[in-house]
Amino acid sequence: MSQYMLLVYEEEVEAAEQAEREKVTLALVELHRSLRDAGLLVGVRRLRSTESATSVRVRDGHTEIVDGPFAVTKERLAGYYVLECADLDEAIKQAERMPMADWATIEVRPVMPAAEWVNTARQAGVDVPDKAVEDLA
Amino acid sequence: MSSRAQPADPVAAAVAHAFRDERAIVLATLIRQAGDFQLAEDAVQDAFEAAVTQWRRDGIPANPGAWITTIARRRAIDRLRRNRSITDRAERLAELTRLGTDEEPSMDDESTIVDDRLRLIFTCCHPALDMSARVALTLRALGGLTTGEIARAFLVAEPTMGKRIVRAKRKIADAGIPYRVPADEELPDRLRGVLRVVYLIFNEGYAAVEGDSLVREELCDEAIRLGDLLCRLMPDDAEAWGLSALMLLHDARRAARVDAGGRYVALEAQDRSLWNQDRIRDGLAKLDRAVRLRRPGEYQLQAAITALQMQAPDEQSTDWAQIAELYGALVALNPSPVVELNRAVAVGLASGPEAGLEVLEPLLGEPGLERYQPLHAAHAELLSRAGDAAGAAGAYDRAIALTANAVERAELERRMGALG
Repeated sequence: MSQYMLLVYEEEVEAAEQAEREKVTLALVELHRSLRDAGLLVGVRRLRSTESATSVRVRDGHTEIVDGPFAVTKERLAGYYVLECADLDEAIKQAERMPMADWATIEVRPVMPAAEWVNTARQAGVDVPDKAVEDLA
Repeated sequence: MSSRAQPADPVAAAVAHAFRDERAIVLATLIRQAGDFQLAEDAVQDAFEAAVTQWRRDGIPANPGAWITTIARRRAIDRLRRNRSITDRAERLAELTRLGTDEEPSMDDESTIVDDRLRLIFTCCHPALDMSARVALTLRALGGLTTGEIARAFLVAEPTMGKRIVRAKRKIADAGIPYRVPADEELPDRLRGVLRVVYLIFNEGYAAVEGDSLVREELCDEAIRLGDLLCRLMPDDAEAWGLSALMLLHDARRAARVDAGGRYVALEAQDRSLWNQDRIRDGLAKLDRAVRLRRPGEYQLQAAITALQMQAPDEQSTDWAQIAELYGALVALNPSPVVELNRAVAVGLASGPEAGLEVLEPLLGEPGLERYQPLHAAHAELLSRAGDAAGAAGAYDRAIALTANAVERAELERRMGALG
């Protein structure tokens, strides 16, 4: 067995269209459950919008913190971490510690808690059962 | 607030007064208690709206701040109850309700208020927020400015500014920007960031001559108030005092720096009787306090330079040698060709044009300064004083070609004509 990371890229859309998209939540509950049952799922997380993103890099020993996601350029996505942190300051501190921050940019993206994911889908009118929280993430 | 328009009405005046003096304090505390910037702000807004009708009916309360605090907390509870999308709603409600059972709340003690305001400043000036958002949020949350006033001051449409502020508040909540004073090891860096935001607010009000002048004055006043607040909150930080001093000394000359025709007047040509002596005294006292902390920094050095220029009765009797030395210290702290140019001018006035040229000439090769008009104007001035009329004429030519301002151009042409 080898591990593969599947990255979901999407265009950010207006609230009405996003509400429409939330309808896939029920299908995702099923999908994640089947992946987990098959022993394939290592981890899955939904990220909050890029509006909440922060980019961190260290240049000449000095930390640069910028509001916003990493701009798409010739750089490649080289890996990922999911860390449990008290707040953004702690996440930034951990990003600073990464030796590749000297040449790379570490994009810090808050994960949307599964409970909030359920809430978001419900607000969009999707009837999500309470136990979906365990299946979604 | 709309109540500003009708100061004759005692209730409206009391609400406006409470808004100016108490809003930031009440808001800072409620953000901590409710754990949500937007919710706290909405609840405080509700409380001020309620005050207008209720104070008119029941009279103005003895302690308007305490009244606003209690009502804002109740409104925060109401809003939390209604908003089912907040994930940790139950915990927050429990905390707020616990605080709310004390029906006649004693105002929180002074140190809690100080801590809450410090936390709020560091949250609003967090480096993960866009700079323009930091400025707007700081003015909105810590100053008494409305979104409309901030929009006018920065010459953007009100909905644009509104969106910027809403987005910043959402980022604080979603990204988990903490509501606390940074740990000791981060504090110096983060405090420098806060001072930069305050100075930016000041400069926005001070530097531009265009725009609504009343709102721009308000920006300067707001920045000075924030500077004062930082001195009170962090009395051991020399740069907080330094920045405060610098802003006061600049602001003291506000009336003298624009002539009747709205044109900019250089320091040496200003009518000194128009300088605000109270501001100067206050600024010098703050500079003194900063210097006694013995931790030199950029703002203190700039304030000291400004003080020396202002204290001399005219350009001839100014202590240019000391100013040159201070610019040298400034360059050492933060190497910048623009500061180095200022040093060259000061050296030229202290030790003669040849010494000034020696400092200035290396700057002529700086690619960033190639199109910087003040460099060529200063070069021309030094060459002229050194007796090199031909060289000076060439430098004036370059300076004139780079000048967009008609008044400046006329002055440069006059000087060039006087070369003979």
